[in-house]
Amino acid sequence: MHSFLKTGKLGPASGAGPSGDKQAKGQKRGNRPTPWVEKYRPRTVDDVVEQGDVVEVLRQCLSGADLPNLLLYGPPGTGKTSTILAAARQLFGDMYRDRILELNASDERGIQVIRDKVKSFSQLSASGIRPDGKPCPAFKIVILDEADSMTHAAQAALRRTMERQTRTTRFCLVCNYVSRIIEPLTSRCTKFRFKPLGEEKIIERLKFISSEENVNISSDALHSLIDAAGGDLRRAITCLQSCARLKSKDDASEISTDDVVEVMGVIPNRWIDGLMNVCEEYDYYKVTEYLDQFIMEGYSAGQLLEQLHLKIVMCVTISDKHKATICEKLAVCAHRLQEGASEYLQLSDLCCTLMLCLRQ
Amino acid sequence: MSLWVDKYRPKSLSLLDYHKDQANQLKNLVKQGDFPHLLVYGPSGAGKKTRVTCLLKELYGSGVEKLRMESVPITTPSGKKLDIKTISSNYHIEVNPSDAGIYDRCVVMELVKNAAQTHQLDPTGQRDFKVVVLTEVDSLSVDAQHALRRTMEKYVSTCRLILISNSTSRVIPAIRSRCLGVRVAAPNQDQIISILQMACKKEGLTLPVELAKKIVEKSERNLRLAFLMCESCKVQETPLKEKQEPILPQWQVFLKDTARSIMHEQSPKQLMEVRGRLYELLSHNIPIQIIFKGLLKELVSNCDIKLKAAVVEEAAFFEHRVHQGSKGIFHLEAFVAKFMCIYKKFMEDSVIDMF
Repeated sequence: MHSFLKTGKLGPASGAGPSGDKQAKGQKRGNRPTPWVEKYRPRTVDDVVEQGDVVEVLRQCLSGADLPNLLLYGPPGTGKTSTILAAARQLFGDMYRDRILELNASDERGIQVIRDKVKSFSQLSASGIRPDGKPCPAFKIVILDEADSMTHAAQAALRRTMERQTRTTRFCLVCNYVSRIIEPLTSRCTKFRFKPLGEEKIIERLKFISSEENVNISSDALHSLIDAAGGDLRRAITCLQSCARLKSKDDASEISTDDVVEVMGVIPNRWIDGLMNVCEEYDYYKVTEYLDQFIMEGYSAGQLLEQLHLKIVMCVTISDKHKATICEKLAVCAHRLQEGASEYLQLSDLCCTLMLCLRQ
Repeated sequence: MSLWVDKYRPKSLSLLDYHKDQANQLKNLVKQGDFPHLLVYGPSGAGKKTRVTCLLKELYGSGVEKLRMESVPITTPSGKKLDIKTISSNYHIEVNPSDAGIYDRCVVMELVKNAAQTHQLDPTGQRDFKVVVLTEVDSLSVDAQHALRRTMEKYVSTCRLILISNSTSRVIPAIRSRCLGVRVAAPNQDQIISILQMACKKEGLTLPVELAKKIVEKSERNLRLAFLMCESCKVQETPLKEKQEPILPQWQVFLKDTARSIMHEQSPKQLMEVRGRLYELLSHNIPIQIIFKGLLKELVSNCDIKLKAAVVEEAAFFEHRVHQGSKGIFHLEAFVAKFMCIYKKFMEDSVIDMF
């Protein structure tokens, strides 16, 4: 009997082994280098850069007000997912995992999943007190990330669920293009647009990160980085980290503009200028030869279109009528490229238009 | 006895023949222990895959060279069963998701997520993460790319992705902003020549510079093609001679003849004949993009610049159509018919002008 009890007692003691291991593992994971994007993700709602309205609403909710259904939309890298995750973490603390259902485009999100998983999750009621006695909102949150890639049928299936379960569940839809969300859903949510981040805010954030991580970056390089990122903070941070990593540790040299240009995949200006010059010469063979070289260098045609567009719009020597013609062609080519058409053919088509326009 | 292409493929980053700065940067990257997701892009035959294998070797040592082929069964949501071929070692797994056609999203969801969710079995191994190599990302559907987005962020502690593609135009911005882009430009003429000469020297042959130049020109800076041509020259005649002509693949000659016959006569009868030839090309698995490019290059040679612009525009239009439809021959034929129409009209007009 005694020995039996003893073995019984041994159980938890031996059980402590793996949990101790887990702790060690956890520590190891803490030391593990993480991408800066994850490391500097905002932990609280107040950390979120810019985006005043949404932050205000969430802050009020944190201090006890009710939370509406949310629809967050805006260009990539403006902090949509970060904001809602940070808010949820603050709202629920340790119970975070039980109260959140996060579904994104990598999960199966057909109509069946909406009917079964989401519905059954949203029907459970939640208590208004945390296990440690503190009050917390008496609802759960379903986060549908990348909601613009959900099928229309699945979105339609959400409609009624969303209304019926308002007592126990809030929905938060996150997407890039609000136009791809069906009307009945948008009218059920409070819409918040996330603006592309302003230059000063990104500079501030990047400077903070580079001082934390001991990165040397010249201010010129910083500016070209921000220009290329176009308001996408994630892209800017990833780029900064990539630049820092490509430098070896003993080599304490500054990150230069060239490094940034290479990492961001931006096409150097000499190529764009060269293309314009070749087109002005009005010789088809020279143009195709130039294009061949361009493609061989491995630059992306999509990027070329973007940069060329800027160049054309800013150019003073081309008349407005020709600008319109060229821009129309740019749009057509960009669309076709997106659908997988051959780069060579589309670019030659564009260059022919350019040649004819520049000639007149 | 392996092909020269495989035999002289560099096995480690320090042995790479060109883009040495980049190789050094990649080395630095590996040294720091951490590693972002990579998007390797460049024209074909520039050495993207070679660089990735070298990088993997640098990461994990020679263990990655023990490869095994597996076929993984995958069930789509609609209940269809698919088999996907993967090449994997203990440390990495390589998949071409476009093998699954329109079901590539399932591959990304099942296979990549499974690989990403499981931890490395041996905790004392050198790295904490595994690598998933996805090839031909540019033919990945938009749905599948969306599915990748969150997976890339969520499982970043256990898994890194290396995406290989020919161009970034088709890769959605959300993925591009999560990856470190590595551009692999095609080697230039001198680089190809010196590499070919090195290989020939090791084979106990001398490669005349004249012949090497010809090979480079014909191969359009594609190193793989250059190697294959060089080897076929050797088979044709050893020792290599200066005057030797590198053999073009038969279909290229065939394509040129086709273009010539279109220029020669523009009539419905000729169109029928051309159609037969196009079918012939397609049945030999020549990609439609390449047929379009080849035809265009030949066809515009005899036009004035306005006509050229018109023909190029039509080619771009019909080639885009190919990607929307499923049967390429219709669009190829439509292009040929359209060209005949434009060209004939132009010729008639110029004849009228003469009088």
